Amino acid sequence: MKGRHADRFPNEPFRASAALRNASFAPGWILDKGFGIVAVAMGISVFVLAGLLGWELYRGAEKAISRYGMAFLTGSQWDPVAGRFGALPFLYGTFLSSAIALLLAFPLSVATALFLTELAPVWLRRPVLGLIDIMAAVPSVVWGLWAMFEMVPWLRQSAFPFLQKAFHWLPFFQGPIYGVSLLAGALVIAIMITPIITSLAIEILRSVPPTLREAAWALGATRWEVIQVAVLPYGRSALVGAGVLGLGRALGETMAVTMVIGNRPEILLSLFAPGYTLASVLVNEFAEATSEEHLSALFAIGLTLVAVTLIVNFFARLLIHNVPFFFSPRPLPLQPIETKQ
Amino acid sequence: MRIPNAWNLFLLLALALLWLMFGAPRNETRPLINGAGASFPYPLYARWFTTYERLDPSVRFNYQAIGSGGGQQQLLHQTVDFGASDSPMREALLRAAPGKILHIPMVAGADALAYNLPGSPPLRFTADIVADIFLGRIHSWDDPRLARINPEIRLPSLPLVVVHRSDGSGTTYIFTDYLSKVSPEWARIAGRGTAVRWPTGIGAKGNEGVAGQIRSLPGSIGYLELAFAVQNRLPVAAIQNPSGNYVLPSPRSVTEALESSALDRSDFRISIANAEGPWAYPIAGLTWLLLYQNPPNQEKAKKLLAFVRWCLTDGQAFAAPLDYAPLPPRLRERVLESLREIR
Repeated sequence: MKGRHADRFPNEPFRASAALRNASFAPGWILDKGFGIVAVAMGISVFVLAGLLGWELYRGAEKAISRYGMAFLTGSQWDPVAGRFGALPFLYGTFLSSAIALLLAFPLSVATALFLTELAPVWLRRPVLGLIDIMAAVPSVVWGLWAMFEMVPWLRQSAFPFLQKAFHWLPFFQGPIYGVSLLAGALVIAIMITPIITSLAIEILRSVPPTLREAAWALGATRWEVIQVAVLPYGRSALVGAGVLGLGRALGETMAVTMVIGNRPEILLSLFAPGYTLASVLVNEFAEATSEEHLSALFAIGLTLVAVTLIVNFFARLLIHNVPFFFSPRPLPLQPIETKQ
Repeated sequence: MRIPNAWNLFLLLALALLWLMFGAPRNETRPLINGAGASFPYPLYARWFTTYERLDPSVRFNYQAIGSGGGQQQLLHQTVDFGASDSPMREALLRAAPGKILHIPMVAGADALAYNLPGSPPLRFTADIVADIFLGRIHSWDDPRLARINPEIRLPSLPLVVVHRSDGSGTTYIFTDYLSKVSPEWARIAGRGTAVRWPTGIGAKGNEGVAGQIRSLPGSIGYLELAFAVQNRLPVAAIQNPSGNYVLPSPRSVTEALESSALDRSDFRISIANAEGPWAYPIAGLTWLLLYQNPPNQEKAKKLLAFVRWCLTDGQAFAAPLDYAPLPPRLRERVLESLREIR
C-alpha cells in the first residue's frame, strides 16, 4: 500500500510518519480526518461549556434577579433569615483584597524575575526557579492553614500594631486588631499569586532577544539602563498580561481567603476589620442554604463573580494594548526596529 | 521502538476500559443505600454505618456529609434514599416534596461556649449575658455583669471578641435557636437559621476554624459542637438554665434536656433549647434523618428501616463516647412506634 501523498512530500519527516502509518491498523486519511474532528469538537466544547455554565448560573439566579434586579449589586444587607440579599459588601471585599494583593505581588514578581534573569549568578537561578515552581503548586488550603496558624498571629502581635503606630492618621489602619482581616486576606492572596506571576515574568524576560540587550550595552548603557531601555519595554504588554492572569486567580481565590478574612459582610474603611469576598460566601453558605431565596441569591453571587472576572479581564486587555506603560518614561529608540522586522 | 504507536496505545486503553466495564469481577450485588446531609452528626453516623455493615453484611451505605441544606435538596429530588438534617425542613420545602417526609430524631447534640482567657478560669453565664455578648453589647471581659455572677474570678480588662461560624451549619442553628428563645431582641435582629446576619464578631469556617481562632486569639469566645471543645481542651462555660442552675454541657445534661421537653407529639420537629429540667443544658438540639413515608424502592426501604431501628436501640450506646446525647427511652419508644407509618 503506497501513501497517496508520498510523491507530494518527498522529505525526511514524512517518510518517518509513513513508516509509522504502515505499522498501524488504519490508513492515514482516517487518522487525519479523525484528528481533525476531535480537535474541532474540543474547540467547540469550550464554547458549549461556557454557555452551559452561564445558562445554569442564570437559571439558578433567576429568582433573585427578578426580585432585586440591579439593586442586588448595590444592596449592602445579607440576611438569610429575613431573606434580604445584597452583594455590595462581597463585591467591595473582592475588589479591595484583589487590588491590594496585585499591588503587592506584581512589583515583587517582576523584580524577582528581573533579578533571576538579569542579575543573579547562574548557580543560584536553578534552585530559586525550582522553589518558585513548588510554591505555585502548593494547594490553596495549605496556604490557608499556614496563614491561619502562623501568619495571622504574627500580624496581630507584630505587623499590625506597628502599622497602626506608624500610620495611625490614615483611616485604613484604625480600629481594633483581630488579626483576621481584609488585609490578612489580601496578603495571603498576594503570597499565592506571586509565584505564578513570577514564573510567567521569567519566561517573558527570557524571551527578550539578546540582540536588544547587546545593542543597549554597545551604546554604553548601564545595567539598569539596559533593563529600562531594552528589557522591560520589550516585555511590557506580556508582563501586564501576566499580572492579569494573577488578578484572575486573586478574584476567584477561595479557601485560603475564607480562612483568614473574617467573613463579615460589612463595608468598613479599616483594613484591619474583617471583610468578605464573593467566592468566600459561596463556599461558606452553599451547602447549608435551606431556603429557595437564599440558594437563588447565592447563584446570583456566582453569576456576579463570573461577570466581574470577565469585565476585569476585558479592561485589562484594553489596558495592555492602549495605555502607554510606566516603564517607558521616554520615547525608546529600540521600538521602531522591533516593529519593522 | 522509537515512537509509541498511537493506535496500539489507543486500542490497549479501549480494551482496558471494556474489561473494566464488563469483564471486571462483579460481586457487589448488595443494595447500596445512599444518604446525604448534615455534617454535625457525621462522626457518629460513620461509626453506625461501619458497625452495622458488619452486623448485616447484605447492605452497604454511602453517606455524603454535604450539609443539611444539601441533604434536604437531594431528598426532594429523590437522588438519595434518606436525608439528614440538623434543622427541621421549612414548610415550603415540605409542601414542594413529591411525598410526605418524616423527621426521625437520631441523637441530640450540644453547643459549648468556649473561650480563651489567661489562666482558663471556669466561667458562668446567664442567658441574658450570652445574648448580650452575641448582640455585641459586652465589649470587655471586666464588664460588671460578668463580674457579678463570677465573683470569685478576677476577670482581665481584655477586649471581648466574638467568633462565630461563617459557613451555614447545624451548630449555628442550635445556637441561634437558643438565642431566639431567650432573647426577643435577638429573635428580632437576627433570628434562627443555619446562617444568620451576625450583629458582631468574626466568622471562621467550620468547627475546626472556630476552635483554631479561639485558641489563637486571647479574649475570644465562640460556640462549638461539644466534641470539638473537648478535643481542643478549651475551657467551657456553665450556662444558667430556666431552673436557675448553672450547667456544663455533657451528653447527660443534654439527655436531661430531652427528657424535660414536650415529647408527646407525633411530629418530632422539636426544639429542646432552653429546656426546663433542673440539670438540663440549655443550648442543645436534635438531629434528624429525613425519610419518605412511602419510599419508592421497597427493598431498600426495608433495609433502611431495620438500620434506623438498630440505631435507635443498640446503636444509641455509640453516642455518648462521641459526645452526642442518646435519646431518652420514652422518646425512643415513640420514634420506633412512628416508624411503623413507613411502608
